[in-house]
Amino acid sequence: MELHLKRTYSKPIQLMISLALVLIISGGCFLFSEVIGYKVVALILLVTVSLLAMLFDILPVLIASILSALVWNFFFIPPIYTFHIDNAEDLLLFLMYFLIALVNTVLTNKIREAENKARDKEEKENTIKLYDTLLNSFSHEVRTPLSTIIGAIDTLKENRSNLSVENKGELLNEMEIASNRLNRQVENLLNMNRLEAGMLKLKKDWCDINELIFSAIQKLESIENDHKINFMPNENLPLFKLDGGLIEQAIYNLVHNAIQYTPPHSTIQIDVSYHLDNCIITISDNGMGFPESEIKFLFDKFYRLPNSKPGGTGLGLSIAKGFAEAHHGTIMAENIIPRGAKLTITIPTETSFINNLKNE
Amino acid sequence: MSKAEILIIDDEPQIRKLLQINLESNDYKVLQADNGKTGIIMAANHPPELILLDIGLPDKSGHEILKELRTWYTKAIIILSVQNSEHDIITALDNGATDYLTKPFRTGELLARIRSAIRRNNKDESKTIIEFTDLVIDYAARTVLKNGSLLKLTSTEYNLLLLLSKNEGRVLTHQYILKEIWGLGFQTETQYLRVFIGTLRKKIEDNPNQPTHIVTESGVGYRFT
Repeated sequence: MELHLKRTYSKPIQLMISLALVLIISGGCFLFSEVIGYKVVALILLVTVSLLAMLFDILPVLIASILSALVWNFFFIPPIYTFHIDNAEDLLLFLMYFLIALVNTVLTNKIREAENKARDKEEKENTIKLYDTLLNSFSHEVRTPLSTIIGAIDTLKENRSNLSVENKGELLNEMEIASNRLNRQVENLLNMNRLEAGMLKLKKDWCDINELIFSAIQKLESIENDHKINFMPNENLPLFKLDGGLIEQAIYNLVHNAIQYTPPHSTIQIDVSYHLDNCIITISDNGMGFPESEIKFLFDKFYRLPNSKPGGTGLGLSIAKGFAEAHHGTIMAENIIPRGAKLTITIPTETSFINNLKNE
Repeated sequence: MSKAEILIIDDEPQIRKLLQINLESNDYKVLQADNGKTGIIMAANHPPELILLDIGLPDKSGHEILKELRTWYTKAIIILSVQNSEHDIITALDNGATDYLTKPFRTGELLARIRSAIRRNNKDESKTIIEFTDLVIDYAARTVLKNGSLLKLTSTEYNLLLLLSKNEGRVLTHQYILKEIWGLGFQTETQYLRVFIGTLRKKIEDNPNQPTHIVTESGVGYRFT
């Protein structure tokens, strides 16, 4: 409320509102001054100024409190319609009024400043904490494969003569896996960066969605064969106008994620359909499903499920989401019965049915 | 036959070293230039069989060097570029690059592309019957056999296959294919291309969903192998 008002009204408007309120309240009191007596009026005006101090900046409130003191003196303290004060008690009351109004205004303002400072500090600390987490996660994910590569190279260089052929082969294998992992991390980070910087320009063109899915599957099968990936192409689909590269990457990330989080030999089912100008792709598995409480965090950047396998960045799903959203689409995660997880990408798209194209 | 010569134009010493070791151990003779100017002079003094050109050079953009080379150099030029740069790749192919590889690339892939590009340098244009594993294309008779049996292709399908197979191993951009098959003014009608590539694949591929002849180069075009 306080922030809202401060942000909504500029200082001159705050001043006008403050002065108007003081005058209106005074006017009201003046009508009933016979009944309530001029001392009560002082309290009512003090309350008014205090309220203003909670809402507005210090300068308008200070001016309003001075005005209220003068109004009280002029219209309420006998003799009225003069600034003259007759007896010592009234003079004391007036000075006290003046003092309380000023102190009140200044104190309220100080408290508010302290609050703001504390909030800023907290925000800054949170940002630093988040940044540290990201940096830790990133440096871990990059350093692990780098350590493997550097270590393997050292071993190969220093033990050139006494390593068995099998051992050499194994070290080279490890280096290959680590390099591929590193390459994937860099790719992910670059993609994330493109998304965050708003640099992502869609290159939309007519796409055969079946072909995109097959291409993603082919890339996955070259690095993985412990899982069964099922996909029956849907032959009745039109061409969709999409950025093929990004959509293929999004599908790749979702299936890759399913492979990472299901036990070996699980089945991953991909389906594609078309409904109300939307291209809908679902990826479901027969693994353990998502922990219900974690579903809402799945697409958060750098989020990883507790006890995840090493080797991921927690970027895959958020990149997929980013790519879908760049197409004004959505990604939804849910659990399915009897067991397993299901991810649904829905992309609104132009379509082209040109199956009757002249072919001769 | 003497060793085929390959000129590497790349400013990264590590990449040049890696390429040199690889190529020399595969019986190529390697020449190196660490900038575009030197590269052009070297190529002019002694035209190599193939040029590997880094598209992101510091002194002159690789695109400029490619254009300059193409004013007189007719043999293969393979572009090295970084990932996510389809625009660069398409520009380079349009400017006459023979092929491209994105860094990081696998050595096996590099060697296969080099072999294929050099083979095309010395292609016998007079041959009218060409075999591609299970496919036999007879350009004179305009017939295509798959595993010995005659395929029924429409004339558009045949023309598409003709264009792709005549450029075996080479990436043809969408625009280029559209212009060649459908003519000027059709360069943006990619949906035609998708549809006909689809029908052609159904006829010539064992598994149209995992094509081995007409390979998609994502965001760039198609390659016939």
